[in-house]
Amino acid sequence: MKRTNASIPALHLVAACAAFTACGGAAGNGSSQPTSKLDDPSEAKEDPPDLTGQALANSLLAQWQRDHEDRDWQEEVRSAHPNIPGSADNSAMVYVKGGQDEGQTYGRFSAQEVLTWKLETDALVLAGARIFHSGDELGTSVGVSCDMCHPDAANTHPATYPKFQVQLGRTILLRDMINWCLINPVRAPAMEPDDPRMRALEAYIFAQSKGEALDYGKH
Amino acid sequence: MSKTPKSIETRYMEEREQLFRGLHNLDRRSFLRVSSAAAAAAVVSGMTPHSFSPIRIARAAGPGKDLRIAYISDSHLYRTELNDRFVRSILRAVDDVNKLDPQPDFVFYGGDLAQLGQAEELELGAQILKEVKAPVRMMVGEHDWYLDMGEKWQELFGAPTYSFDLKGVHFVVLNSVIEEDFWTPRGLSPMERMRTVAGLDNHNQRSFTVGAEQRKWLEKDLSAFKSDQPLVVFSHSPLYKLYKNWNFWTDDADEVQAILQRFKKVTVIHGHTHQVLSNHIGNIDFHGLLSTAWPWPYAPQGLPELTIQMDRPDPFNPSDGCGDGEIYVHPDGLVDKVYRLWNRNPITVPASYLKSQGKKDRPPATTRGSY
Ligand code: HEC
Repeated sequence: MKRTNASIPALHLVAACAAFTACGGAAGNGSSQPTSKLDDPSEAKEDPPDLTGQALANSLLAQWQRDHEDRDWQEEVRSAHPNIPGSADNSAMVYVKGGQDEGQTYGRFSAQEVLTWKLETDALVLAGARIFHSGDELGTSVGVSCDMCHPDAANTHPATYPKFQVQLGRTILLRDMINWCLINPVRAPAMEPDDPRMRALEAYIFAQSKGEALDYGKH
Repeated sequence: MSKTPKSIETRYMEEREQLFRGLHNLDRRSFLRVSSAAAAAAVVSGMTPHSFSPIRIARAAGPGKDLRIAYISDSHLYRTELNDRFVRSILRAVDDVNKLDPQPDFVFYGGDLAQLGQAEELELGAQILKEVKAPVRMMVGEHDWYLDMGEKWQELFGAPTYSFDLKGVHFVVLNSVIEEDFWTPRGLSPMERMRTVAGLDNHNQRSFTVGAEQRKWLEKDLSAFKSDQPLVVFSHSPLYKLYKNWNFWTDDADEVQAILQRFKKVTVIHGHTHQVLSNHIGNIDFHGLLSTAWPWPYAPQGLPELTIQMDRPDPFNPSDGCGDGEIYVHPDGLVDKVYRLWNRNPITVPASYLKSQGKKDRPPATTRGSY
């Protein structure tokens, strides 16, 4: 199972903490409730946990998982929306021994680097998919999310922007139309252009339109 | 509404419509009694009585009487405090059907009354539909079902699968939204299950089916009828395979169609797709229903060739692409379908268009099709 890089240090932190007894959730997600048998001395007396080897690793992992309910979010989005087109395949750019890149510092891309491009790009798209499908994350006041009218982002036509919208009286960008739909059908506050949710929504809408030819101004 | 002067053309169409409607509602004896009067009315309105006679004969010669059904569908109600727009939309549809004159034989509700299958949503819908003057016939949709697996819906509206006869036409209502259990293995709560099914593009669910049990019931229900029996079948999902990714699809559609194919005049009317949608497979005509809540885009693949698309809706107008409509069952058992879009001209898809494989009576095309 893939994990985001950001969560790996957190795992180390919790592991280190739990191994040194009762610091509880403090190092995890800020939860102060006892979250496992490890935290509760009374239970520990009756059934002392085997804190060695695999058992220790298992119990630490279990505690970390409880503290990070959202840890599988990418897998969850992927499972609900397996057909989101993946980002471009750049594997041909991985450097080969003896090629022109040999010995270069900047032009040489390792397999890990190329994979990172993909994981990071896809993560933003997945984040967008999640917001697009969630009234809560959009901030709707009427229980409406984008997917209700745009399944798989259908009819969002990002490749047709910029275009003139008579009703708005000017030539607009994709994000302006996203904001229009946010304010009107979704009844949510508009997002700043830099709002991480806006960036993610744009990423998802573009991804779903992969392969569409750019045709700005099309209605 | 203020009285604006009507053009000669408008009056001509209205009078003609009235005359037709009046004639369709007569039984044979009254028909004979008033046919001369009707012809006289035609003279008064400036048309030769002769122009109506072929139609009169065709109607009078049919096996049964004309039947008119109005429909409301896919209202996706939340409780009013959360979303009053969807509530106002269904109320508008109720007004529309109550204003029909003459009143339809019944009003058909096409499923997805509720958005998340909650008791308060279904009860609100039931209360609103009580305002409908004509008798109401209900069909269930997936949004009504997957919170409590149909418990509340059945308490309010009875069994989801049934049939009845009216004016020589046999009607069947199916529950076509049965999905294989995907929730137990995933350990989903009832609300998580409901939300999964409510997501049109959510792949954690399965495909819709009618299922073996209902297919057996259907076979039995139809067994007594001869093949010239006019038949109208209602299903929430289209009873054919259009686009699996959005469950514009019924997994055992082929099996259900096989049961229906021996009938010469059979029409399937379905909800779920929130758009003008027409198809013709073998002997069977298919029509979709409009939603009162919001329109769906056309599926990127699998759109039936006979479908004349409705205009792409305007996001600047929340009721655009929404509406209600009527279903006319002619005495000969064939069905004309009217999509009464609230914001646009109504679109009629006549039986003659589907039966002729699109050669006759083609509805007008849009300049704003999907892309
Ligand atoms: C109640 C229905 C509804 C909801 C909810 C909705 N939209 Fe829309 N949106 C529409 C309609 C209708 C159109 C016009 C579609 C067309 O032109 O084919 C549209 C158009 C758009 C367009 C422009 C398409 C074009 O061709 O230029 C974008 C982008 C868009 N919506 C994004 C969103 C986003 C993002 C959300 C969620 C924040 C959202 N919409 C929610 C109904 C809705």
